[in-house]
Amino acid sequence: MAKTLTRSGTSSGLGVDAAVARQLLGDMLLIRRFEEKAAEAYALGKIGGFLHLYIGEEAVAVGTTSMLRPDDYAISAYREHGHCLAKGSDPKRVMAELFGRRDGLSKGKGGSMHLFDKGTNFLGGHAIVGAHLPIAVGVGFAIKYRGGDQVIVCYFGDGAVPEGEFHEAMNLAALWKLPVLFLCENNRYAMGTSTDRALAQTEIWKFAETYGVPGERVDGMDVLAIRDAVGRAVARARTEKTPSLIEADTYRFRGHSMRDPAGAVYRTREEVEREKLRDPIVLFREKVVSAGVLSEADARAVEKDVNDRIDEAVAYADASPEPPGEWLFTDIYKES
Amino acid sequence: MAVMTYRDALNMALREEMRRDGRVFLIGEEIGLYDGAYKVTQGLLKEFGPQRVVDTPIAESGFTGVGIGAAMVGLRPVVEMMTFNFALLALDQIVNSAAKMCYMSGGQFNVPIVIRGPGGPAAQLAAQHSQSMETYFYHVPGLKVVRPTTPMDAKGLLKAAIRDDNPVIFIESETLYHVKGEVPEDPEFLIPLGKALVRREGTDVTVIAYMGMMYRAMEAAEDLEKEGISVELVDPRTLRPMDTETIINSVRKTHRCVVVEAGAGFAGMGSEIGAFVTEQAFDDLDAPVERVTGANAPMPYARNLEKLKTPSKDRIVAAIRRVCNVNGS
Ligand SMILES: Cc1ncc(C[n+]2csc(CCOP(=O)(O)OP(=O)(O)O)c2C)c(N)n1
Ligand SMILES: [Mg+2]
Repeated sequence: MAKTLTRSGTSSGLGVDAAVARQLLGDMLLIRRFEEKAAEAYALGKIGGFLHLYIGEEAVAVGTTSMLRPDDYAISAYREHGHCLAKGSDPKRVMAELFGRRDGLSKGKGGSMHLFDKGTNFLGGHAIVGAHLPIAVGVGFAIKYRGGDQVIVCYFGDGAVPEGEFHEAMNLAALWKLPVLFLCENNRYAMGTSTDRALAQTEIWKFAETYGVPGERVDGMDVLAIRDAVGRAVARARTEKTPSLIEADTYRFRGHSMRDPAGAVYRTREEVEREKLRDPIVLFREKVVSAGVLSEADARAVEKDVNDRIDEAVAYADASPEPPGEWLFTDIYKES
Repeated sequence: MAVMTYRDALNMALREEMRRDGRVFLIGEEIGLYDGAYKVTQGLLKEFGPQRVVDTPIAESGFTGVGIGAAMVGLRPVVEMMTFNFALLALDQIVNSAAKMCYMSGGQFNVPIVIRGPGGPAAQLAAQHSQSMETYFYHVPGLKVVRPTTPMDAKGLLKAAIRDDNPVIFIESETLYHVKGEVPEDPEFLIPLGKALVRREGTDVTVIAYMGMMYRAMEAAEDLEKEGISVELVDPRTLRPMDTETIINSVRKTHRCVVVEAGAGFAGMGSEIGAFVTEQAFDDLDAPVERVTGANAPMPYARNLEKLKTPSKDRIVAAIRRVCNVNGS
């Protein structure tokens, strides 16, 4: 993962060749299977605390990351398994973190909500809604300060938009012209609160106008549409240091967390079933197979490979020992 | 008396106070349509309607400020923090606005607001969602801080907090919501703020604890009873203003004092209690005040490390034996 996938000439009209299609499909499937296994492990008590699944939203992380370079940065909230995996983290170490084991990305100290991977420039895993938006602006500040041409993608939910930090961050990034891509994953709910009960302006992309930066809304279930929108925003950020706001129209198929049943009071079962028809993985698979970019056998091979990697990840996490007791007191400060 | 959960006792207190006083309203995230993230406000939207049970977007500083403004001009808001971790976003409003309004205005504007919700350690929620929050608030003159240990206290203290004319920080616990106990059904049952309670009488040592740590200290006390050590347990219930008198009286009787707290020990509750006990009852002490506290580390996610972070019964027992000068078996 985390290779820049560029458009390449194909006769399919989809704008992706077989290699890119294989990668996009594989990356989305990897996240899906990873989380299905995580849900099983949660039921078995191997994972504790809060576990927020990204199932249904995979196209956003995968489409976005496919337009980044490995040295670009990404930062996210607590529903971040997908963003972290897409950025290139080893599923084995991510699963070990969820299990609270010593080989986890954060040595078992962070858990599901606090994935960090310095090796892939993935900056977390933040569980206080809105907190990481100004942090993303700080990363943009540092990029510009050092004269680099990287970008930072900041993923956040519709629920962060009413927080002051969203507005402070947008204004600062716009005012100082920083290479930040604000990527709002609008899945229509913040826990049980629908956007129309939380926002005076429910068309989130329009906040971009207020701050004088480009903004657009994109179908968050269409990985190719996301690649287009993100591609434009990343180009602007790299060359002109212009921040952008993209609102991806997406949907979470599961409950808010494992503690919230999927068909809870705030949405109907029919709505959830209807949205599942937009499953980004199913749609993309159909699209590439029917366009002849991938054969049915190719797609099956991708699936098989993903299943093997996830089985390996679970086995690895299971085998990894608990962190030693002394680690309670390490990493509180950086020892230099 | 009825037997009910801590959660239901809080719900009863809110319901009774809303029935009694039309100025009382609730505001916070997921408290209405969703019936509360932890179901404390269950059924209240149905009974009182959306004017008095106000669902908010995720905007803690904003809706806390709204509560303060409404309180300045005569309403009595009860603000729910889904968990107290998020109260940090509203810390400026709480510390610089609510706590100081009365003083800054020379007594013209008081702020009768309750800010409530669960806080303290919770199962495997890691560093940002599992932490003891009271220290951030009890340092501030102008705030009252309550930590109710039992269902009865939850009801009586919350009602007193709502009737109080000052800002009250009322920190519950996610891990206690399901605990059952006897609760008076009398709608005039109140527990005054600033009054500690001796939960268990004893003669050899005073142990001060609250919330989950009180339950753990109770188990330790029962174990030690079998060894012939008689433990007196004191629950401060209100951390500010603190009922120093009840604590000092107990220490004068037992001559020994152990403070147990879940939070990190450095500059924690035990530091303050240790200081005033030493100042006021130095000559009565037969041993230095001991503190059994949470480790001075953030909360780790891993289950085994998490266990090491919070005081265990064994650590409480060991501290009590130490001050009583008894070697463990
Ligand atoms: C400051 C803050 N307030 C409240 C919460 C509790 N909380 C956790 S997730 C969440 C909903 C956020 O929804 P959204 O941003 O839309 O993200 P989604 O869960 O839909 O991915 C809430 C209210 C929190 N973590 N942080
Ligand atoms: Mg959302």
